[in-house]
Amino acid sequence: MIDVVIIGAGPAGLGAAVAAAEHGLQVCVVDEFVKPGGRLLGQLHEEPDGKWVNGIEEAQKLYNQAIGLGVDIRCGISVYDLRKLENTWCVYTTDEMIESKCLLLATGASETPIPIPGWTLPGVMSIGAAQVMGNVHRVKPGEKGIIIGVNVLSVAIARELQLCGVHVESILLPQPGLLAGSAGNPEKMMESLLRLSHLAPSPLIRMGGKWVSPKLGARLFPKNGFKMWGIPIQLRKAALEILGDNQVEGVRMAEVSANGEVLPGTEKTVSADFVCIAGGLTPMAELASVAGCSFCYVPELGGHVPLHNEFMQTNLAGLYIAGNITGVESAKVARAQGKVAGLSMARELKALVYGGNEKLYAAVEEVTETRRNALIQFQPGIEEARKELHRKFDETYKQKLVSI
Amino acid sequence: MNSMRVNHHPVLGDLETHKEIKIYFDGQEYTAYEGDTIASALLASGVRTLRFHEDKETPRGIYCNIGHCFECRVKVDGKKTVRACLTSAENHMQIESCKALSASEVKGGTL
Ligand SMILES: Cc1cc2nc3c(=O)[nH]c(=O)nc-3n(C[C@H](O)[C@H](O)[C@H](O)COP(=O)(O)OP(=O)(O)OC[C@H]3O[C@@H](n4cnc5c(N)ncnc54)[C@H](O)[C@@H]3O)c2cc1C
Ligand code: FES
Repeated sequence: MIDVVIIGAGPAGLGAAVAAAEHGLQVCVVDEFVKPGGRLLGQLHEEPDGKWVNGIEEAQKLYNQAIGLGVDIRCGISVYDLRKLENTWCVYTTDEMIESKCLLLATGASETPIPIPGWTLPGVMSIGAAQVMGNVHRVKPGEKGIIIGVNVLSVAIARELQLCGVHVESILLPQPGLLAGSAGNPEKMMESLLRLSHLAPSPLIRMGGKWVSPKLGARLFPKNGFKMWGIPIQLRKAALEILGDNQVEGVRMAEVSANGEVLPGTEKTVSADFVCIAGGLTPMAELASVAGCSFCYVPELGGHVPLHNEFMQTNLAGLYIAGNITGVESAKVARAQGKVAGLSMARELKALVYGGNEKLYAAVEEVTETRRNALIQFQPGIEEARKELHRKFDETYKQKLVSI
Repeated sequence: MNSMRVNHHPVLGDLETHKEIKIYFDGQEYTAYEGDTIASALLASGVRTLRFHEDKETPRGIYCNIGHCFECRVKVDGKKTVRACLTSAENHMQIESCKALSASEVKGGTL
């Protein structure tokens, strides 16, 4: 039987595979995408010093490292069920059933859709879909696009689309309402944008940057928006409907007040051949619920996450989680969490020999350190929320699990 | 038509030369690159509609592009229904759009 099965070949899964294989464990990674790397593949970030971090290269490095250590990586295979036997986990895949002693879920995050009228038309896609089309498959999602939803991810990807030679007409809000949640509220979106002020200092600092409250920011926000990398960001405009007969032809939009109400008589239609919807990310934890994990709702982490501790253990023996399934953060944090999970599994399987505890504690420390230095913070208050979550875990489950 | 390809990129560099392959979608021939998914190959040729809603017959294309939403279902080689965004395009692959179901096939009646 295999020692460790890992579901997901993103930075968390590959990071864990490397750490576990370095300690002599036999590791198999399965992923349903056509190539390994997860969402890291589409990422392209400019560091403050002007150097670009290319996700494809980063993923390739991790992949090479894992392959060099003898990790078995299988792509194009989906996992649809899990079952716990006495001491083993059975992983049901579209290929074959795989049994292992320990199981790691590193399935990442998914995008929250915002269903606005016309959103099923061909040419409407999630913002991440456009990122993957352009950066990974090297196909333009269209020639001229409108992005609905103003957040960290949509602004970053708008820039990436520009680099692919795509014209991004504007980034605006969805029409406020039940389905849009806070994505339709200019104040909430201003708050999220202010977290980007280190990436695009000048326009946001002109807007007030860190010193102005989001409330004031949204009110002061110019009616015509401001530009980041030449792309108009319009917190005072909302998309009412996506138009087109058989595919996207344009968007009907209107001006909104600072608290998101549509101003009558301001409607107009702008043409586009594709539209991206950016509703934010949420941990993708279906397999953890199929397995029977306990869950907690933590808004700072993006939604419902399996209850776990800083060693990436869930409340089920032999079941670990790492990466965005534990909360939405950047790829570097996911990778650092993967290392912790890999070491924890090595520990459980008695493969962590000399200095094992020190290694594990150092890896846990590295996660916190990486989080503090992360370029993109998806939500404020992540560190505190995680501490609280770990406390809850310890309170309920500490005694019951293999002690670490 | 390959004008939708990002051949040059200021950070990622030029597109490497790929082996060209032929795929067929609803009987029409398209050129794809080895390494394409069905979804990226068809979009590169300007094809956005991958199927029609079972009941409403409205056109659908990719939404998430990473396997989460199942909006991109197509039929391959006359049997398997797959997600176009997760399936590699292969030389001579026969792909069909999923069509609206006939009234008798819609279980539980129409909506
Ligand atoms: C669309 C999208 C775009 C993003 N863009 C950015 C960005 O630009 N910058 C940034 O910092 N962060 C971005 N993120 C956040 C991203 O989640 C993290 O940066 C990081 O990639 C998380 O790593 P991970 O290993 O936890 O998950 P991922 O990198 O998402 O990897 C998870 C892997 O698990 C596989 N998988 C999931 N379920 C199954 C299953 N049932 N069977 C088989 N395989 C499965 C998936 O195919 C995927 O490859 C994005 C997230 C998404 C969803
Ligand atoms: S586009 Fe969502 S599963 Fe393919």
